[in-house]
Amino acid sequence: MNALALPSPWQAISGVLRRDLRMALRRKSEWLGAVFFFVLVAALFPLAIGPEPDTLRLIGPGVLWVAALLASMLSLGRLFEADHQDGSLEQLALSAAPLSWSISAKLLAHWLISGLPLVLLSPLLGLQFGLAPEALGMLALTLLIGTPVLSLLGAIGAALTLGVRGGGVLQSLLLLPLYVPVLVFGTGAVDAQMRGLGGQAHVSVLLALLLATAALSPWACAAAVRLALE
Amino acid sequence: MASWVLTAMDLACQKAQRTLFEGVSFSVPAGSWLHIEGGNGCGKTSLLRILCGLSPAARGQVLWPSARHALRLRPDRSVLHYIGHALGLKPDLTACENLCFDAQASGLALSREQALQALAEQGLQSRAHLPVRVLSQGQRQGVALARLRTSPASLWVLDEPLVGLDAQATATARALLQSHVDAGGAIVMTSHHDVGLQGPGARLQLGARGAA
Repeated sequence: MNALALPSPWQAISGVLRRDLRMALRRKSEWLGAVFFFVLVAALFPLAIGPEPDTLRLIGPGVLWVAALLASMLSLGRLFEADHQDGSLEQLALSAAPLSWSISAKLLAHWLISGLPLVLLSPLLGLQFGLAPEALGMLALTLLIGTPVLSLLGAIGAALTLGVRGGGVLQSLLLLPLYVPVLVFGTGAVDAQMRGLGGQAHVSVLLALLLATAALSPWACAAAVRLALE
Repeated sequence: MASWVLTAMDLACQKAQRTLFEGVSFSVPAGSWLHIEGGNGCGKTSLLRILCGLSPAARGQVLWPSARHALRLRPDRSVLHYIGHALGLKPDLTACENLCFDAQASGLALSREQALQALAEQGLQSRAHLPVRVLSQGQRQGVALARLRTSPASLWVLDEPLVGLDAQATATARALLQSHVDAGGAIVMTSHHDVGLQGPGARLQLGARGAA
């Protein structure tokens, strides 16, 4: 009855993570939508542009990165909204574990569901643009580092616009400038790799972005969520 | 059980430039209950959210019973359990999964057997493995109440805990609330029903002053 059983933050993190993954398995349409969007955009571009191998190779990395960025934004809307509506977010805010930890777990689940499939599909879609094997590898690597950054940044926007009517538009406006560096360095790395310059410098910058956002975003989200709950 | 007390001092709440209530003070010691009454829109839910630390009060202070720290800035679910209008249930998960994951997500240990037993005590054993989205409103309320049975918190803050329940479920819920008070817990709740709790308790009429 009394609070003798001390709550463990690690248990809270794994609890949130497993719950979100279980729900994603129950409701596949929500995250499959974003993945299909990514595949569709990437598949339609070569058909619309025409079969020029040089042109396709030139635009390939950019198209795939923009498609991944937009797909990531598509799946952001439901990140906190559903929890906000059914009251789960209040319960998380009252949780014995720090809210920023729970939100980190939610973000990790979100990336596993909506970001990781894009990374895994990208080499396959890159083949349509005639990208060389080393460029395909670099593309997947930059997306592997870049999509978590998109999720972490996007979560701040989603938390800030929580409960705001027409929040989707506001969220896009807030996020686009923040997304630009990720896009620039992501495509830059693949481009440098294709020109034989090596993309290590760009990858390092992406990694720095990942570390900075991973350190700051959960706290910013937690503060924004607490504001939204008032 | 250690004795403790939840104290509210001179609370005021403002929503959209309008004062809902002010000068609300009370204390709820362990083993007692407080029934907050008042008409629609007089700030009952707002008061409960202030008590939970979810919303800030426009003025005044809440002193929470503390379990682990001498001074607790914000209560958590090891000491306080809140059931609001939104029940915090996931429609796609079964009732049993809801209880288990919810406990884990808030850092508390709960086994599947304990969750099933709590649901059975609430009369929902046949619904334990159905997704919450196919349950009726009253049954969802029952699942939320079953969650109370698994909570280690000694202070329960309940917003309309009996809404939507049928006669039998209402009796079960009353017995649950009564046994919690008898065991030395405390309950703060709003309800348009007469819950009829025995033992030391008080009623607080909101909106009697201030919002005229």
